[in-house]
Amino acid sequence: MASHPALKAIRRELFASRTDGLISLGLLALIGASLLGLLRWAFLQAQWVVIQANSTLFAVGRYPLDQQWRLWLLVALLAMASGLSWGLLRAIPRADRSGVLWPLNDRIALALLAFLASWAPAALGLSVPLQARWWLITALLLAIRWSAGRWGRRLPPRLLKLVPLIWPLLYLLGMALISGGLGLVRVPPSEWGGLLLTVLMASFAILASFPLGVLMALGRRSELPLLRWGSVVYIEFVRGAPLITLLFLGQNILGFMLPGGLAPDRVWRAAWVLTFFCGAYVAEAVRAGLASVPAGQQEAARSLGLTVPQALQQVVLPQALRIALPATVGQFISLLQDTTLLSLIGLLELLGTARTVMANPDFLGLTAEVYLTLAVLFWCCCAALGLGSRALERRLDPTHSPA
Amino acid sequence: MLQLRRLLSASPLLLALVMGGCADEGSGGGGVQSEKMATIRSRGKLVCGVDGKLPGFSFLGPDGTYSGLDADTCRAMAAALFGDPGQVEYRDLNSSERFAALASGEVDMLARNTTKTLSRDSAGGNGISFGPTTFYDGQGMMVPAASGIASLKDLDGKPICVESGTTTELNLADRMREQGIAYTPLKFQTGDQTYAAYLGKRCVAVTSDRSQLAAKRSGFPDPDQHVLLPVVMSKEPLTPASINGDPAWADAIRWTVYALFQAEELGITQANVAEKLAEAKANTNQADLRRFLGVEGDFGKQLGLPADFVVQAVTAVGNYGEIFERNVGRASALKLDRAENRQWTDGGLIYSPPFR
Amino acid sequence: MDRRWPDLFTAVPLITPDAYPPMSEQKPPIPWWRDRRVIPWLVQGVVGLAMLVVIALLVGNLVRNLTAAGLLLSWRWLGQPASFDVAESLIPFDAAMPYWRALVVGLVNSLRAIVVGLVGATLLGTAVGMTAYSGNGLVRRLGRIYVEVIRNIPLLLQLLFWYFVVFLSFGNGTEALQIPGVVLAKSGLYLAWFAEGWSWQGPQLVNGIWQAPWRFSVEFAALLTGLITYTGAFVAEVVRGGIAAVPRGQWEAATSLGLHWSQSMRSVVLPQALPVIIPGLNSQYISLAKNSALAVAVGYADLYSVAETTLNQTGRALEVFLLLLGAYLVIDLLISAVMNGLNQLVQIRER
Repeated sequence: MASHPALKAIRRELFASRTDGLISLGLLALIGASLLGLLRWAFLQAQWVVIQANSTLFAVGRYPLDQQWRLWLLVALLAMASGLSWGLLRAIPRADRSGVLWPLNDRIALALLAFLASWAPAALGLSVPLQARWWLITALLLAIRWSAGRWGRRLPPRLLKLVPLIWPLLYLLGMALISGGLGLVRVPPSEWGGLLLTVLMASFAILASFPLGVLMALGRRSELPLLRWGSVVYIEFVRGAPLITLLFLGQNILGFMLPGGLAPDRVWRAAWVLTFFCGAYVAEAVRAGLASVPAGQQEAARSLGLTVPQALQQVVLPQALRIALPATVGQFISLLQDTTLLSLIGLLELLGTARTVMANPDFLGLTAEVYLTLAVLFWCCCAALGLGSRALERRLDPTHSPA
Repeated sequence: MLQLRRLLSASPLLLALVMGGCADEGSGGGGVQSEKMATIRSRGKLVCGVDGKLPGFSFLGPDGTYSGLDADTCRAMAAALFGDPGQVEYRDLNSSERFAALASGEVDMLARNTTKTLSRDSAGGNGISFGPTTFYDGQGMMVPAASGIASLKDLDGKPICVESGTTTELNLADRMREQGIAYTPLKFQTGDQTYAAYLGKRCVAVTSDRSQLAAKRSGFPDPDQHVLLPVVMSKEPLTPASINGDPAWADAIRWTVYALFQAEELGITQANVAEKLAEAKANTNQADLRRFLGVEGDFGKQLGLPADFVVQAVTAVGNYGEIFERNVGRASALKLDRAENRQWTDGGLIYSPPFR
Repeated sequence: MDRRWPDLFTAVPLITPDAYPPMSEQKPPIPWWRDRRVIPWLVQGVVGLAMLVVIALLVGNLVRNLTAAGLLLSWRWLGQPASFDVAESLIPFDAAMPYWRALVVGLVNSLRAIVVGLVGATLLGTAVGMTAYSGNGLVRRLGRIYVEVIRNIPLLLQLLFWYFVVFLSFGNGTEALQIPGVVLAKSGLYLAWFAEGWSWQGPQLVNGIWQAPWRFSVEFAALLTGLITYTGAFVAEVVRGGIAAVPRGQWEAATSLGLHWSQSMRSVVLPQALPVIIPGLNSQYISLAKNSALAVAVGYADLYSVAETTLNQTGRALEVFLLLLGAYLVIDLLISAVMNGLNQLVQIRER
């Protein structure tokens, strides 16, 4: 019987002493009661129809119905790209990776995906054709994952090197698909909403704030007083103010500061405020990383004949950024959470959409359902980012990979 | 350092350069100089600031379209400008951000149940330009029917929910101060939160324009459980607005709204406007009608609008009476009486100056 | 003249050119734009010029547009009567008082939330952070779950949840949630405290209305609950990290001296962890102070909320923004100053 060591472990962990036992029992009772209450509420009292009836609004806001095929296309492309990257990651064995095609984590992910694809569309009450689309997209992802894992090794290495390039290309393509132009009907940012707007805002601000943050961090450590003081003033100004006052600046004052035609749409204005906000925090994270790279590294690089930018690019920054990675990703996670503040300035991202939905006479008073759904959604996104960051940290850690 | 100092000393010059460089580039349609209208034309869409969450005035339905009296004002303007009521881009604005949005050029006009007041109108105040009032309203107070509250005096020491950044908030303070009633104002940034707090029974009363209270009540699960106190705490003429400093654009708004009033007075409806137009074209002796519908004269050109702007606006949304009845009238969910909002010929305040 | 290579990006002094052999005279003269004495000024000149142009552009437009709107910087409106009421105030206020007074009321309300929030988050965070070292597996895991759940959900969402879902679900009068010494009703949070003559007095129901020595509005209570649980999770991580920095041997030594878990934590481990913990706390405290501006979402009359109302009644966007910025900057600096002082105190004690 395997239960014997398990029982022992439980005893050691929960009932080491009498007081420990009492605490454990009390806590167990409390957990049981709250879980029971929650389940009873979720299955018997909660009216999930508020989520079902508004699922499109939550997903894409007021994105025109006849143009939503563009978003479906984008999701399909994303699924294909993820399948390809995932498969190749497993197919090409490297020092820091086992050559197993389907390690345990992947099997868990596979099960999770299959479950989500079959449960979520049905739970949301989507029509059968829409459900079928989600099944198809999931099947596409898994099929490409499977074939890339199986035959990926046979691809010419030169082609393999190009695969990561898919992602920035896809991002640009996605932006074009979403906003239109080039023959497609233009969909102005004021019609983006829900999860789509949240993801766009967060991804844009993350991508744009990173280089800004690195530049500002370098500027702050520069010997040139103008660069240094410029960076210091910017970083401290942004870090000293609550985000909501900066968004207030963006919405109420920026319009006065830019010449008439140049002021961007208010969605983009908010995106830039988020970028500049996040940039200052990334700068501080990177600065801490730079500070922890020993001065000898740069001296050594310089004495090898590298110029300052070369030394920086090839020796100092790679080390500094690796050290700064957890803090930087932490900033990105809080940026994703901060997108909810956009609802306070009237943008219809997830929380803003939720507020309009709850003001709808048909769904008055269903606040708990909406807030809980949003909480779960945000939790999953943030936790996934955190997990990804930790995985990346392990991969980049030079002491971990067997050379 | 020397270079820096030199740069600094040159900065006023730079400033002047920059400021001079931003010269106006207005080019109006039909000989009228309006920067705003040129912008709207080149954009191809009218950006209209609305509330978006107020049934009867501007409400975003589940199908993603806006309906209501304010939304119809936007549509009428778009029809007058482009001959197409669909060329509107709505912006949901809460009461705290509406004036900044207008001042910074974010929206071309406001049709967002905004009360016309001196300080909002004057150049030394908010500096915005009001059109004709589209809804005469007054501030009211809503309480649960079961609460037994019958007058403002009964609210002594009680929390009252109010949307911040509104005239309502100020009127509440004034009325309560006059009557010496102590109360706790619970302020929320948006209407939906204000009513959520009221429905959550955090406040014993909620105050706003009477029409808005009726609109919100119509959406409550049990509308009969809430009553409006028989008090009118203020005058609230709800009026579309544009930015000061572009009189031509303000005129275009003003006279498009007047046209909706005038159409009702002349008995021109959405259904019979085509008929009336044919009639006007056929009868050269009906000069008033011909001028009004743009068959004769150059009213449209004088405003910088197409000649048939009245026909387009009425075709798109109907006359004022139709707009009222469709969105807030007896047949709608709000069930409001015309009251002050009748035509002047019926003893109301809706009055269009002559189209001459 | 210092002929050191101008290091654009780092303050770390490098090998100076003097360490290299002198340049040979036959080489063609270095053009001026590559001269090491000129480059730093060139770079700074270009950057400075760019900054100046951008700033001049922005400020120039601002001045031009504000002048056109008649809203150029002026502070006279601060003295005019506010003519709006504020829900709760620690200092006397009514609608006839001037705007500056209303803003001060908001500031005081903000400070109240920040100070109570700091204390609460510290207590909660320390307790949760220490659970990571508990012998009880259940306690340890619960602490972990709390941190992971709270940190990954946006604060604004949590605040709205606390206010609209939790606090507004309490009843009034007899339907209120009653725990000995504490009553949670829709009308507020009532706490027992010493009344006159040091007699302990709990909340009492008088004519259907609760009365107690201490009353907080539910808006304040919801804001605080949200701020404390959210910041508490981050403080817990800081505390956990601080304790982890104390060598294991210290624990073992304390235990072998016969100290209890709680004793060794309090008198051996925590004091040594403090120098690591305090700088981490500093940034958490500052973010709590800034997050308190989200009070506007739950109807608490904090500085931001009053400022927003003021903006609406006056249209003075720039002035209101500058006031807000200044106020939060001062609060941040105050917190930093106190924490730095505390840090030095702790460092000196360390041997």
